Amino acid sequence: MQTTLRVRRYNPEDPEPKPFFEDYQLELDSSDSVLDGLIKVRETLDDSLTLRCSCRGAICGSCGMRINGHAALACKTKVVSIAASGETIEVEPMNNMPVIKDLVTDMAPFWEKIRQIQPWMRPAEPAPIAEYLAPPESMNHLAGVMSCIMCGVCVSDCTVLEVDNKFVGPAALAKAYRFVADPRDSTTTTRLEALNEPNGMWDCTRCMECIQVCPKGVGPMDRIMALRAKGLEEKVPSTCGSRHAEVFTDIIKHKGILDEPMLAIRTFGLKHVGRLLGMAPMVMQSVFKGKVPLSGPLHRPIASIQHIQRLFRRVRTKS
Amino acid sequence: MPSPPTYDVLVVGAGLAGMRAALSAHQQGASVAILTKVHPVRSHSNAAQGGINAALTDRGDKWEDHAFETVKGSDYLADQDAVEVLAQEAGQDIITLEHMGVIFNRNDEGQLGTRRFGGQKKARTFFVSDFTGQAMLHVLYEQLMQAKLPVYEEWFVTSLVKDEKGHCAGLVAFEIRTGQFSLFRAKTVIMASGGLGRVYEPSTNALICTGDGMALAYRAGAPLMDMEMVQYHPTTLKGKGLLITEAARGEGAYLLNKHGDRFMAHYAPTMLELASRDVVSRAEQIEINEGRGMNGCVFLDCRHLGRTFLQERLGQIYAEAQTFANIDLAEELLPIRPGMHYQMGGIKTDTEGRCWDITGNWKGLPGLFAAGETACVSLHGGNRLGANSLLDTIVFGRRAGQCAAEYARTISAPSISEHLMEKDQQVIASLLARKGPGERAAALRLEMGKTMNRYVSVFREQEGLKSAGQHIQALKARWPSVTIQDKGQVFNTGMIAVLELDFMLDCAEAIIAGALTRTESRGAHFRTDYLDRDDEDWLQHILLYHQPGKIPDNDFLPVHITQWQPQIRVY
Repeated sequence: MQTTLRVRRYNPEDPEPKPFFEDYQLELDSSDSVLDGLIKVRETLDDSLTLRCSCRGAICGSCGMRINGHAALACKTKVVSIAASGETIEVEPMNNMPVIKDLVTDMAPFWEKIRQIQPWMRPAEPAPIAEYLAPPESMNHLAGVMSCIMCGVCVSDCTVLEVDNKFVGPAALAKAYRFVADPRDSTTTTRLEALNEPNGMWDCTRCMECIQVCPKGVGPMDRIMALRAKGLEEKVPSTCGSRHAEVFTDIIKHKGILDEPMLAIRTFGLKHVGRLLGMAPMVMQSVFKGKVPLSGPLHRPIASIQHIQRLFRRVRTKS
Repeated sequence: MPSPPTYDVLVVGAGLAGMRAALSAHQQGASVAILTKVHPVRSHSNAAQGGINAALTDRGDKWEDHAFETVKGSDYLADQDAVEVLAQEAGQDIITLEHMGVIFNRNDEGQLGTRRFGGQKKARTFFVSDFTGQAMLHVLYEQLMQAKLPVYEEWFVTSLVKDEKGHCAGLVAFEIRTGQFSLFRAKTVIMASGGLGRVYEPSTNALICTGDGMALAYRAGAPLMDMEMVQYHPTTLKGKGLLITEAARGEGAYLLNKHGDRFMAHYAPTMLELASRDVVSRAEQIEINEGRGMNGCVFLDCRHLGRTFLQERLGQIYAEAQTFANIDLAEELLPIRPGMHYQMGGIKTDTEGRCWDITGNWKGLPGLFAAGETACVSLHGGNRLGANSLLDTIVFGRRAGQCAAEYARTISAPSISEHLMEKDQQVIASLLARKGPGERAAALRLEMGKTMNRYVSVFREQEGLKSAGQHIQALKARWPSVTIQDKGQVFNTGMIAVLELDFMLDCAEAIIAGALTRTESRGAHFRTDYLDRDDEDWLQHILLYHQPGKIPDNDFLPVHITQWQPQIRVY
């Protein structure tokens, strides 16, 4: 099939370096991946086209890039799955990280965040002579998250990182979960306490983008939610993040509909009155636009509140 | 750029062997750094799917059985002292990995579980689903992060350097991101740079497996051993040659020809699909050659294993078959064929990873160590057993790291001049200065790969090998006319491809030289003009020494036999 690869290029050695798109037209086989296409360009048309790639089989994690606007492994993306004959495929470097050249990004910040979560097992001492005994299901469960190949695709498309680069990010949090859920690791509470801090597990906005793009089915956001649940379960000291979840639930339980001013007040509390005051401009704008909802006693429960409460009771008995 | 510090131990490559070596040297108190052309977790150790062997006594297994089956698998070319070390130390090394955090599959008692693998009668392969290599690699990298060892990521080595006494004293490398050269001084260098699969087309190997370490050591005077022993894996996908793990057959999958017969019954009546890899690959090739295949393939049948089982224990190949072959393993037959997979040969080392002989029986390069696929201890001899390669990296990586650290304590820091890197800088400068358009590196590589896959594959004979040799010489003659469009210093992957091609041509030449020399059939080396194994003349290793511009020099070493005399090999 005739395909055009439109590649965003960038060469830092150009006299005035700036990104630009270059089109490559080539004939591809129906079994070819986007990586096959790029390699074909590099080997037959233009060897200056720069990318990382190695295994060709979605296990080394080298060829993460954005394809038609979403991050993916080029080797795992079949050309036919995203373009009909004659169509153009747009290829760009991953987002949320600096570009070195063409499709090659600087992964150093990525690894810095992985290191932040202290990614090594800390088992109880002393170690047994033989292996640590562990339930088979626990290891099978961990296999799902150990499948992560650190390709950076989830980080590229993380919508939180786009606005706040201090967020530890989906890959590091999934990696953290790998230790928190490992029965052999003896520092679960310490880990959860660290993740409970700002920029940690409570900063995810649950946009699901990381689950969508992960090429290995790791489901980073699901792992983040599991971390939060574990944190609440282990009663790690309450933070704005965990209180937000608790207050949210409490309000829904009693009113059936969110009381937003109360949510903010109770989440921040007296301790974070500064952050509460920081919301003043937004409140003013809301007042100006006539969008201040009724709060406290004025915020009445919905008519069918008993249904909501029945749901709560049901969930409680089930878990 | 300021010159890097002098290290006791400098490891080239950050796959399993390299990281294990670095960690063990570090535990010995040595100053250690790793230099690697890709980030550690991008290494090809990732690709090992099925598992890692060990005979654990408390599971009723015996290390002697593991050792014997390894020797038999090697077609009696493995050095038995090395195999004994491998089999005896395997158990402890696997427990160490588990303690580091590898999530090995468990049995119902919560102990490490096992599965069956080829060439072995007992289930002694420990595993993590079907991504054992990846699970181990990421855990070793965790350990590396904890130890805070310096890693020179994305650096490319252009040559090993020696002091005036001929002792390996470091290396010359450039940083891929900037193109800047540095001279690295080190008391010892451990080569752990992996295999050479890309010498062949197709190959299961990743694009980075270009035999750099073998070529670098060879050019610096270390001998390569048993290079003719190239393993073809029985189950690879048509097209790009991606690997389908032996664990599929270990877990009960069948091999069928186009008539639906389980043809292995004719070739290996007892072990069937789980005969050793050379035997199965040859059987498949005969079926295909005699018209009982289809489109150059036979079939892997996993249907009776059931979807849930496949997803749980063989999840990666289940997805791989879907993505890369459009086949549903639970419902359909998967076309597969033998494909180049592993180099049993490599840089000759002793059981401590030394690339020189302390007793002086063979000439080597003092100060250089090697471990993993790039090395040849020899553990695998004529044919490696599945799940012994991960074990090789762990046991002999650890031993090489330990010995290098100890050895470094006994010698003084090397004194070599910065001028040693000028030659390599000039090579790169002249490469960039070549006026195009000349030939493309990729075109030459493809010719090399196809030539090797045609003449130096499952079946070989003298005329074919000779013509392959001539073709490789012709490609070497054309190498100087290869040009690149990218003239920059930053991340010039075009230039790296040309340098890798140069390494690979040396490796190809060595493979052919070994294959022409060994006039018998043993393990993966099957000569249609010498059909039998010849223990009288060929119970020995072939050592090759680099001769610039000429065919390599030969030397021979007898196989080290301890307790297993060669027998007829039947599966």
